[in-house]
Amino acid sequence: MLPAVVIAALMVSLPALAQGPDRPLAALSCGGCHGVGSAGQGPIAPLAGRPKAELVAAMTAFRRDERPGTIMGRIARGYTDAEIDAIAADLAARR
Amino acid sequence: MITRRTLGLGAAALIAAPAISRAQAPLRLLVIGGGFGGASAARFARDSYPDVQVTLIEPRTRFVTCPYGNLVLAGTKQLDAITFGYDAVRARGVTVIHDLASGIDPVAKSVRLAGGQALGYDRLILSPGIALRWGAIEGYDEAAAGLLPHAWVPGDGGQTALLRRQLEAMEDGGVVGIAIPPNPFRCPPGPYERISMIASYLKKAKPRSKILALDAKEAFSKQGLFQDAWNALYPGMIEWVPGNRDGKIVKVDARERVLETEFGEKHRVAVANVIPPQSAARIAIDAGLANASGWVEVDPVTFEAKAAPGIHVIGDANTAPPMPKSGFIANSTSRQAVASAIALARGAAPPADASYFNTCYSHVGDEYGISVVGIFRPGPAGFVETPNSGGVSPRGNLPDQRRLEAIYADAWYKSITDYMFGA
Repeated sequence: MLPAVVIAALMVSLPALAQGPDRPLAALSCGGCHGVGSAGQGPIAPLAGRPKAELVAAMTAFRRDERPGTIMGRIARGYTDAEIDAIAADLAARR
Repeated sequence: MITRRTLGLGAAALIAAPAISRAQAPLRLLVIGGGFGGASAARFARDSYPDVQVTLIEPRTRFVTCPYGNLVLAGTKQLDAITFGYDAVRARGVTVIHDLASGIDPVAKSVRLAGGQALGYDRLILSPGIALRWGAIEGYDEAAAGLLPHAWVPGDGGQTALLRRQLEAMEDGGVVGIAIPPNPFRCPPGPYERISMIASYLKKAKPRSKILALDAKEAFSKQGLFQDAWNALYPGMIEWVPGNRDGKIVKVDARERVLETEFGEKHRVAVANVIPPQSAARIAIDAGLANASGWVEVDPVTFEAKAAPGIHVIGDANTAPPMPKSGFIANSTSRQAVASAIALARGAAPPADASYFNTCYSHVGDEYGISVVGIFRPGPAGFVETPNSGGVSPRGNLPDQRRLEAIYADAWYKSITDYMFGA
């Protein structure tokens, strides 16, 4: 039998683990233009469900001005490699 | 009915688990304000924390957005296209109460409603928007706004509709005066988008007319891009007078439609749009959250008011330079504020490595849009813009860029309003 203190700790910590946002919050900013859930909006490309490598490559190219765009270069330069990787992984996992 | 349901949940928890403390009952997140900050906060909370009880207090049953209001002035959008209801917010599981939050008791963790009800909370998200500082310009009070519209706090849309009617009724050759306040104010590029959109209407309907923009400032957001566009699209139509050339309006005569400057020059105009100085909305001031300038200082990670931890203040009511008072910043920061509020209520740490995102598009003509981008992070003493990123659209003769940005602006508006008010 578990000591009472362990049970109490489990009761407190289990829900906390299960209930937080399970994704990087920065990934949700994309949806401000790319549609709710980044599912695309009119002429703006969908991002959700695209391969992670494709998203990372696009952001990297935007950042270096190697891919034409209107505002994505300015945006891509605001994030680190690790952040782009985490955002891309999150978007790739969504459908 | 709402009260009964809330009581029902509390009673059920008491019966089912009398020995378990309040911490085991559903966490109560109370959101004041149903605009870009509050509606976004409510959505994020419902999407990410299904076990949290979310209540939204908003006096109006219909929300008119500030963004795209200038297109109503141009005549290219109708008010109903920028007006939203709360049915989808309710359908998502948010308890929406249409009442005015009239007071906060941060010690008792309770919000008083004008209707007499008091609502308890575990964490409060306060996104009340701005108040106009009546009297900051001598003679400019609520009655004067019925003659010289501000059209800066949309309310029921009446102010925007009034200004549009005045523009429609004006004779060709009239002068439209626009008084622009000092920093900080809601939507830094807004007055200049407004100048552009009014000019686009005048160019088509009343081409001999002029716009006299009287500014308290010497510089403004996206200035080079706006002025390039004005020269290209509306040559000779717009005169912008900066503060150091006596542009600051300090007094109005509403009946005579006279705008008077700091040094006593009186401009009599056919239509006057007076955008007065602003502060955080009244509830933030009354609750003692605001600083001497009238804005709420917040923690850059959790958005808790420095004057009252436990109350997370987002949107235009806070002061967070260099972040702008924009709908996108309210939306972006709402998620960090909610995640922090819920983590702290549960004894956990707020999300680390926060970043806040903004893009402000402005329409300056048909198929002609410009933008400013900013990515911000918490710093040692406030907020810091991420170096070597963001910034404004490139200058020069770039018709494809301008056309695409106008199209993307529309997609932004649809995306963000869908997030707040869509199914």
